Amino acid sequence: MDSAPILRYVLAFALAPLLGGVIAKTKAFAAGRNGAPLLQGYFDLAKLLRKGTVYSTTTSWIFRAGPVVTVGAVAVALALVPMGGARAPLAFPGDFLLLAYLLAVARFFTIVAALDTGSAFEGMGASREAQFSALAEPGLVLCFLALARNAGDLSLSASLGALSPAVWRSHAAVLALVAAALFIVFLAENARIPVDDPTTHLELTMIHEVMVLDHGGPDLALVEAASWLKMWVLGALVVGVVAPVRTGIPALDGGVFLAAMLVLGVAVGVVESAMARLRLLRVPQLLVASGVLAALATALISG
Amino acid sequence: MTAFLAALGLIMAGGVASLLAGRWRSRAAVGGIVAGSLCGLVAAVRVLIGGPTPAMRLPWRVPYGSFSLAIDPVSALFLLALFVLAPLAAVYGGRYLEEEHGGEPLGGVWFFTSLLIAGIALVFTARNAVLFLVAWEVMSVAAYFLVTFEHRRDEVREAGWTYLVATHLGTAFLIAMFLLMGRAGGSLEFDEMQLGHASPAVAGLLFVLAVVGFGTKAGLVPFHVWLPEAHPAAPSHISALMSGVMIKTGIYGLLRVLLLLPSPPAWWGWLLVAMGVVSGVGGVLFALAQHDLKRLLAYHSVENIGIITLGLGVGLLGVHAGLPLVALAGFAGALLHVLNHALFKGLLFLGAGAVAHATGTRDLDQLGGLGKRMPWTGGTFLIGAAAISGLPPLNGFVSEFLIYTGAFAAALTGRGALLVAAVAAAAGLALIGGLALACFTKAFGAVFLGEPRSPRAGRAGEVAAALRLPMAALAAACAAIGLAAPWVLAGMARTLAQVAQAFGLPSPDAQIETLRGALAWVSLGALALLAAVALAVLARRLLLRGRTVTAAPTWGCGYSAPSPRMQYTASSFAQPLVDLFQPVLRTEATATLPSGAFPGHASFASATPDPAERRLYRPLFAGVAALFGRLRWVQQGRIQLYLLYLVATLLILLLWKVR
Repeated sequence: MDSAPILRYVLAFALAPLLGGVIAKTKAFAAGRNGAPLLQGYFDLAKLLRKGTVYSTTTSWIFRAGPVVTVGAVAVALALVPMGGARAPLAFPGDFLLLAYLLAVARFFTIVAALDTGSAFEGMGASREAQFSALAEPGLVLCFLALARNAGDLSLSASLGALSPAVWRSHAAVLALVAAALFIVFLAENARIPVDDPTTHLELTMIHEVMVLDHGGPDLALVEAASWLKMWVLGALVVGVVAPVRTGIPALDGGVFLAAMLVLGVAVGVVESAMARLRLLRVPQLLVASGVLAALATALISG
Repeated sequence: MTAFLAALGLIMAGGVASLLAGRWRSRAAVGGIVAGSLCGLVAAVRVLIGGPTPAMRLPWRVPYGSFSLAIDPVSALFLLALFVLAPLAAVYGGRYLEEEHGGEPLGGVWFFTSLLIAGIALVFTARNAVLFLVAWEVMSVAAYFLVTFEHRRDEVREAGWTYLVATHLGTAFLIAMFLLMGRAGGSLEFDEMQLGHASPAVAGLLFVLAVVGFGTKAGLVPFHVWLPEAHPAAPSHISALMSGVMIKTGIYGLLRVLLLLPSPPAWWGWLLVAMGVVSGVGGVLFALAQHDLKRLLAYHSVENIGIITLGLGVGLLGVHAGLPLVALAGFAGALLHVLNHALFKGLLFLGAGAVAHATGTRDLDQLGGLGKRMPWTGGTFLIGAAAISGLPPLNGFVSEFLIYTGAFAAALTGRGALLVAAVAAAAGLALIGGLALACFTKAFGAVFLGEPRSPRAGRAGEVAAALRLPMAALAAACAAIGLAAPWVLAGMARTLAQVAQAFGLPSPDAQIETLRGALAWVSLGALALLAAVALAVLARRLLLRGRTVTAAPTWGCGYSAPSPRMQYTASSFAQPLVDLFQPVLRTEATATLPSGAFPGHASFASATPDPAERRLYRPLFAGVAALFGRLRWVQQGRIQLYLLYLVATLLILLLWKVR
């Protein structure tokens, strides 16, 4: 058996916190600051894992289930993502549906855990999360549809594996549309600008951050780990479409993939430095746009 | 067949005994329903696992009627849903009715419950149009008496009336359809109808009549207006039966007619996909805007019927385009969703009943914090909520996965209209899934999480074991189907083979094998999810061992005296989505704003009436009433005049005959 998928899966686990560091460093550079160290994510994790925790008296077992289910669902979702030309550890016809719905499981439990605290702020964040992710869902599924139609195959590994620089030359419009739609979904689902501002300091304006206000210690570590892994999952999809380099040497392909992930982090940092977040009422238009782009891409592929 | 007839006999014997049994009324009826359902299960499962297809035909003196019954694999699958849910609902109802309405006469409600179950079983097995219509009416009228059980309340009588009118309008279309079928097919026996060569116009007309007639019973938009009125009005275990099984008779009827009609043209598939997407998205949007837990669940039945119809539509498109995998995946998803919806919607209605029983209210904005007070109800409701949102590792994901697979397989090679339908189906399912997740996090959060929003909710306690056990059984079934998906599909192989044969598809073994392979991975993924979560729980436990774990109030951003009234309510949770879809929903809000330096009273209330009722049916019925009002001059209230009408009519008839 080929060991590349497993190796990549483990590496993704280890490197996921780095992506956040790259984004933060880019933003700091753009703002003329030094910024936090590149490895800040690891330091945070190490600190949180050493702590005890505080549970709100309002909460029930649902609140404690939130972080573990979220991280479990995202960890399995990661196993469905092909990275750097290698097949995913789990690959079968229709696997992208399991991927999309595992992310939904993570979201469901993040939301109910937030509602379990009885805090109005967390309720507010949960409400926005539910709204935006419901609208982002068609975009994600239609991106998968476009990729599957392009490859003529119903598995994600085959769909992304069918891409190559040659396909970019012949189907540039299709792939650009899919990449744009996926990038919007990536930003929205990972609570980045222009949908959510991860560095905001006012609870009223947060979406993802405010939902996890009451988690602490190892629970918060799990929540953080889950959001980094989720960013890696969706980022790997974007990179898989944008940079389908195939050299035939697994190590080289993997290296190109990693470099592309870091470039993606820089790109997110640039977007966040260059623009402010949208008004909440404008976000649905952006999300619907991603669905429309993906539908357009599907229509452009001749069956 | 003996087992099935024994089932009918036992169920009806229990119902009749309950009329006579005095204090033992509930036990008599529950006993009859449980024993009968077990017999029925034996009959249904025997067919599904490959036994002979039982059939019988007895002469009947009704013109064109015969007492012909058969349990083919399609019937058996629907019977399975009925006979799984019915005994659980009955056990629940036995305790629920005695606790809530112990002082009232209950013989009648049990008699009609038995009649409803027997009627549905007959609908699923009747093979003669007249018998089918009789069973259909028995079922519909029995349901009317159950809907109006609490007939002292005005809104319940109103709901019952709406239901009665709607179901009979639907039946009128069915009578027209069967008359036309009899004429075109030469017989009213389903097995002897020769419709294979019916002209496209006749077949198309039959199809439209079936969609309207059966769609009314199923609750497809825009024929759904009775559903959100009638389902909340009934006692909760009856709501579970009606939502879980009774509305599926509409799906069954539609499928049965499709099996009889000639090969489907493409527009049938498009129509069903379009109606499915509209019903699915519309149902979940209106559910989001509701404040009443049972009304919310009723709108979700519209949504799920939409998903099932979408699956049937994808199947028909696959048949038309000659793509067996598309057809099989669509039909398999639709049929499995019939069973799945019976399980999780039954579970959710029973849970809603337990909540209403424990707190005395179904208003989401009055509830909260019940998860700690009712851990069983809360835990099983959570499973139901996750299942209906289509989340792995539960059953809802499996059926939606199959329908998605059908749509994606169609999109791989499809062109033109087929591609548009496939994209619409996939995007529609995704949107429905996302909105359902929003709606059920809202419902579950508002009812079970946080702090109680009213004293009644604060005083609630867990319900009796007889109410908890049926919910636990249904929750276990939801999980089992999710984890054993490939075997479940294997269990449906005979049903799918029958459907494939009727549509002239090749033997579906290869496609079933493909789908089973994918479902094996799905179940494996579900297991991996459970394992990963267990690992995370273990890791956290190890990490927290020996460390300080303290309890403190929820972080209030510096505010130190939070109260339950400050929590986000269900209405506020849903508000962004409701506002976004305001052009469809047309929610009406009335508010008294606070004013002045020392504001006194302020209030806000919103309601979302059904626009189909407001804008379609009310004007329509008002118009009909006005039309008939024109004829009022013939009614003078004088007996002589009526005698004159009689004589005149007789004279005219006589002259016409003699002429």
